[in-house]
Amino acid sequence: MNAAVDFALPTVNVEEKLFQNRYRVDAGRPHITLRNADSCLACDAKPCTVCCPAGCWRADEGGKIDLVVDGCLECGTCRLVCDHDNVDWNYPRGGFGILFKFG
Amino acid sequence: MEKFDVIVVGAGPSGNAAAYTLAKAGVKVLQLERGESPGTKNVQGAILYAHALEEIIPDFRDSAPLERHVAEQRMWIMDEGNVCTGMTHRDARFSSQPYNRYTIIRARFDRWFSGMVKKVGALVICETTVTELLRDAQGRVLGVRTEREQGDILADCVILADGANALLGSRAGLRHEIKAEDMALVAKEVLFLPKETIDARFNISGDEGVVIELAGNVTHGMVGTGFLYTNKDSISIGIGCMLGDMKRQTITPYQLLEGLKQHTAVRPLIEGAEMKEYSAHLIPEGGLKAVPQLYGDGWLVVGDSAGFVNGIHREGSNLAMTSGRLAAESLVALKASGKPFDALNLAEYKRRLDDSVIIADLKKYADVPDFLHNKPHILDLYPRLLGNAAHEMFMVDGQSKRAKQRKIYAELKSRRSLLGLLGDAYHFWRAFR
Repeated sequence: MNAAVDFALPTVNVEEKLFQNRYRVDAGRPHITLRNADSCLACDAKPCTVCCPAGCWRADEGGKIDLVVDGCLECGTCRLVCDHDNVDWNYPRGGFGILFKFG
Repeated sequence: MEKFDVIVVGAGPSGNAAAYTLAKAGVKVLQLERGESPGTKNVQGAILYAHALEEIIPDFRDSAPLERHVAEQRMWIMDEGNVCTGMTHRDARFSSQPYNRYTIIRARFDRWFSGMVKKVGALVICETTVTELLRDAQGRVLGVRTEREQGDILADCVILADGANALLGSRAGLRHEIKAEDMALVAKEVLFLPKETIDARFNISGDEGVVIELAGNVTHGMVGTGFLYTNKDSISIGIGCMLGDMKRQTITPYQLLEGLKQHTAVRPLIEGAEMKEYSAHLIPEGGLKAVPQLYGDGWLVVGDSAGFVNGIHREGSNLAMTSGRLAAESLVALKASGKPFDALNLAEYKRRLDDSVIIADLKKYADVPDFLHNKPHILDLYPRLLGNAAHEMFMVDGQSKRAKQRKIYAELKSRRSLLGLLGDAYHFWRAFR
């Protein structure tokens, strides 16, 4: 029986996807913040950097988390996958954040 | 401070169903929505099951923005990128009026539904995020706090239609917190193509539509499924996996989605389409065991916030609408008989749910989430075996069919023992019977 042909997942630039979306950014008032940046340094898995569908969570080489919520889709994933309860997650103020055209 | 009979938090299907039913019965209702307009925060595949909406607005077809009625249902079992084995169900009865299922675009649909809610007299205020519930010393819910100045509003009952994250109920300690293991994360795109192109590619015409459910290794071993739905001049495509699985691996949601779009069976269908929106959303897929406390002194919870989703049958928004209607009807009945909205009386909502299709179906599949969680190979091994078996039998290469059968059986035996096979079959039957 023929073995399945290998299928490599593509690399994806999520910013290109987010560029199609409509947002009203609440400048200077991020609706998601880290409770304690140091506890992220001790977290090896960093599931937030994998699971966030908008790529808002990035880790630098030293393991420090860089969180930019401008492209957030407000799904709530980061709050649930963090094993250290380190995500202070709120909805944006009314009218701000993602504005789905189709949903 | 102005006081309402009922405050509904959220203007999705459950909140709209509740607010509509209440206002129509003459109840003084305020509905709060955090989006710029209803629908701008909401994401769904989306398929609308007519039945649940008919119970609320019988003539909805006259004015609702519907995309296509579902004329054909396909079920595809996929590998990562190269193999697809499927089934097609086309039945002219699904193309005779009144149609049973439609594809919809939620931002448009929700705005329409909210317009109907306003028409029957509810006060709907958008761009207002409810931050917490107001409660007295005994824990009774008295109203809501919004982020606006002097933004406290009182009501005899608050209906929590605040969606899958269920922040308000958990923060008030009215329910358990949701868990990654009970939630699926779906990433979705809306891809635009001319209507004629969609008609030709999917073998449909007029307002006929095709929906495709996708299962198998396209989720790379995680418990999850994908979908591809035809709208009038766009295609909704998405893939979702359980967060408990997703947090233990390294593939991002957008890589999964891009992998699906490049699958050999999918790519030709969406070729040349223009992507106009990328979205993501959580779906409560924990089933009956994850359903929280549903009522208490001065509050009820409905829709996604209550975990009313039947993942096996891809039903959620219909259950949301039905639960919103049942919550509203319970309140209308209590108000008519002059009974206060305390926990004792609001148990009426739970009784109505128990008698409804919502709890009946959640009960039927109560063991399925555990079954899939404990036997992830069901979605991994068997699709692969099925694809290989189909490939072997369809490939004409000079070998006898009996020899091919032996090869298929040998692969099956090498991958799973006879006892393992029987065990899988037994547990499958137990979970789905």
